[in-house]
Amino acid sequence: MTLDSKIPAGPLEEKWANHKFSLKLVNPANKRKYDIIVVGTGLAGASAAASLAELGYNVKAFTFHDSPRRAHSIAAQGGINAAKNYQNDGDSVFRLFYDTIKGGDYRAREANVYRLAQVSVDIIDQCVAQGVPFAREYGGLLSNRSFGGAQVSRTFYARGQTGQQLLLGAYSAMNRQIAAGKVKLYTRTEMLDLVVVDGKARGIITRNLVTGAIESHSAHAVLLCTGGYGNVFYLSTNAMACNTTAAWRAHRRGALFGNPCFTQIHPTCIPVSGDYQSKLTLMSESLRNDGRVWVPKKANDSRSPEDIPEDERDYFLERKYPSFGNLVPRDVASRNAKYVCDEGRGVGATKLAVYLDFADAIKRDSEPVIRARYGNLFDMYQQITGENPYKTPMRIYPAVHYTMGGLWVDYNLMTTVPGCYALGEANFSDHGANRLGASALMQGLADGYFVIPYTIGDYLAGIGSEKVGTDRPEFTTAMQEAKDRIARLLSMKGTKTVDELHRELGLTMWDYCGMSRSGEGLTKARDIIKNIKNEFETNVRLMGTNEEMNQTLEKALRLADFIELGSLMVEDALRRNESCGGHFREEYQTPDGEALRDDNQFAYVAAWEYKGDNQPEELHKESLAFENVKLTQRSYK
Amino acid sequence: MKSMNLTLKIWRQANAQAKGEMKTYSLSGINDHMSFLEMLDVLNEDLVKKGEEPVAFDHDCREGICGACSLVINGRPHGPLQTTTCQLHMRSFKDGDTIYIEPWRAKAFPVMKDLIVDRSAFDRIQQAGGYVSVNTGSAPDANEIPIGKQIADEAFNSATCIGCGACVAACKNASAMLFVGAKLSQYAMLPQGQVERKRRAEAMVAQMDKEGFGACTNTGACSAECPKEISMANIAMMNREFLTAKFTGEA
Repeated sequence: MTLDSKIPAGPLEEKWANHKFSLKLVNPANKRKYDIIVVGTGLAGASAAASLAELGYNVKAFTFHDSPRRAHSIAAQGGINAAKNYQNDGDSVFRLFYDTIKGGDYRAREANVYRLAQVSVDIIDQCVAQGVPFAREYGGLLSNRSFGGAQVSRTFYARGQTGQQLLLGAYSAMNRQIAAGKVKLYTRTEMLDLVVVDGKARGIITRNLVTGAIESHSAHAVLLCTGGYGNVFYLSTNAMACNTTAAWRAHRRGALFGNPCFTQIHPTCIPVSGDYQSKLTLMSESLRNDGRVWVPKKANDSRSPEDIPEDERDYFLERKYPSFGNLVPRDVASRNAKYVCDEGRGVGATKLAVYLDFADAIKRDSEPVIRARYGNLFDMYQQITGENPYKTPMRIYPAVHYTMGGLWVDYNLMTTVPGCYALGEANFSDHGANRLGASALMQGLADGYFVIPYTIGDYLAGIGSEKVGTDRPEFTTAMQEAKDRIARLLSMKGTKTVDELHRELGLTMWDYCGMSRSGEGLTKARDIIKNIKNEFETNVRLMGTNEEMNQTLEKALRLADFIELGSLMVEDALRRNESCGGHFREEYQTPDGEALRDDNQFAYVAAWEYKGDNQPEELHKESLAFENVKLTQRSYK
Repeated sequence: MKSMNLTLKIWRQANAQAKGEMKTYSLSGINDHMSFLEMLDVLNEDLVKKGEEPVAFDHDCREGICGACSLVINGRPHGPLQTTTCQLHMRSFKDGDTIYIEPWRAKAFPVMKDLIVDRSAFDRIQQAGGYVSVNTGSAPDANEIPIGKQIADEAFNSATCIGCGACVAACKNASAMLFVGAKLSQYAMLPQGQVERKRRAEAMVAQMDKEGFGACTNTGACSAECPKEISMANIAMMNREFLTAKFTGEA
């Protein structure tokens, strides 16, 4: 298989415009003859469903939630980047492009990222026109802030709930098309398989989560807008139901999976407090602007923080990175917190936390000033931990937050299965090995509002409007396979619960394929995951039947796919013998412990091809050419 | 860290057609740092181990923003604090407590299983008119629509609604006016919402009535239980929007 990224020729600035002109169009009167399935109704899915329906296509939108508004895009806090340059501070499309490529540690495609930066400005216009209440200045114009260490103020925000406001905007646009009869919405419906007919994606198999009915739906194209796979770690900042099933099932049907080992660990989360923990809560990264990170100098120091004198504290980020201090990028901050905990210098009951201390900031600026800046975050912290961060330092620890890897797509967002597209976090395309803050919302909406409406027409015009019936054997076979999978799980009557096995998988991934990885650890993880898979296939215990609402069954079906994905992540991490972005291989570091990239050997996208149950996957490489930026080593000393 | 023993009285109902009942469970060794939903996770793990059906409940983000979690806890939607259930922690309870856990109760929110209700009526109200008709690509530059900070902030306060339905569950009449009022107010305050203002008010209120939600009691229970503190002023605004539309609207 040769990977064709379909990057248009010509200068970077003109690629997208030229490409749009060269794409075939579907005649306005013919659009109504085409059906498009959109799986997932977060930012990417809802914006795509609305925009395609506005063009005249018939859209079927699927969500496993009770309402599209519950999609996890809703939880994004910080903001959305756009190269508007409203602040006159030197931003431009090229600068946003450059920052994103560099932030991704040179493992993303130049052409895709440049297009993302170009359409970012249209996203803000669209959202404002929908009534999204972004923060504003007294003069009535939009407010911006600098975010995630960016040197320009290009982030648009809506208090701490930018995700919810943007999602409600896309949801409202989709609602309008539901009312117009152009989008048919299926709630509490989960995709279980992709159906490929004559080499093209032609539909999906779903389970109705209320009745258990297994159903098939056919269409001319299938869009997977199903988010990331952070829950492979069990504990993450993702919502409980976030899963990889749609993407993984497409992978099993021929869609290559890109850079699966690229995951982002966010440094400022509320630490785990016990085995019952179900979820980790993110505290905005902005806290590091005023908080100082420290641990005791001595190992196993069990004094309370107030009793540890200044000269017995180690402000390790300030010590190691004097010029960036507490504001080093996410991956660096996370890794260093792990190191000090590994040395036995962690704090709190579990010893897996570091302090984030505001005492100096409060002394300098006064408590009311700090309250005005971070009041809601301090309240949230107190609600969850029962501790008052105005009086005692916060305890924080890194947690899995985002997955840069995902289904491999070409410039048109099409996977290697013709007619099957992946949008938003579900694809691998724009963030390389590390995502910058406020760029996830931008990418989800770019793909849905401004990329797919153009690129899908080219494909549809080429295949013609003839429909494929769900009575085709490809549908009935896939449906039977899904039913068999469910029956097997329900009949097992083993001794382990789904959550127990998921926790074991998560812990393994966290220990060996998390913040830092080593060849030795990854090899060990390979065997552990094999055992978990075996345990899951022979000894899991579910309750109830398929023909009812069955939340344990839902979790079991998702876990089955997480286990397979977990082992692919390990293989990918083993094969990438370098450190870059969120992927840190202990064997590949500079003398002072920083990530050591190997651009000669690893400036490529690792795209994995599924080869059958329990068979090793085959690696395909898409080499990355950098014609517009110079590759440099990141340094924050 | 404190450990506590609890008695739980939980509404169990196999499906929409079945008759439900309260069932009693004892749970020991619950730690006060757990969230309320994690306490239910522990119960469910125990039940599966014992070969009993786990309790079904809606939940997802567990950080107070998706609006999926519900539960009437000791008679109050989302329990004793003005938060979502997922942000309620066991330190709000005492060792030896008996806790009553029920689903949202409203005709327009029928029970589907155990503690899960069908809130799709909310989506249908939004579909009736909760949008600004602007096709992708046809928007002017964002800064061509200046909006005073005070108005923007007010509109934002209305827009923070997470669609959980606690307002309906808290109301004796199962009224959805706080929910509908919040959306109508957001658009009524913003310049983008002006063109369709009257049509929107009429369509959303008509759909609300059609779904079987009751009338406002004016007692303010909705706002008092709203985890996002949506104000009663939204209901007043909704009434004004609706009456203005009725008297001066096109239809």
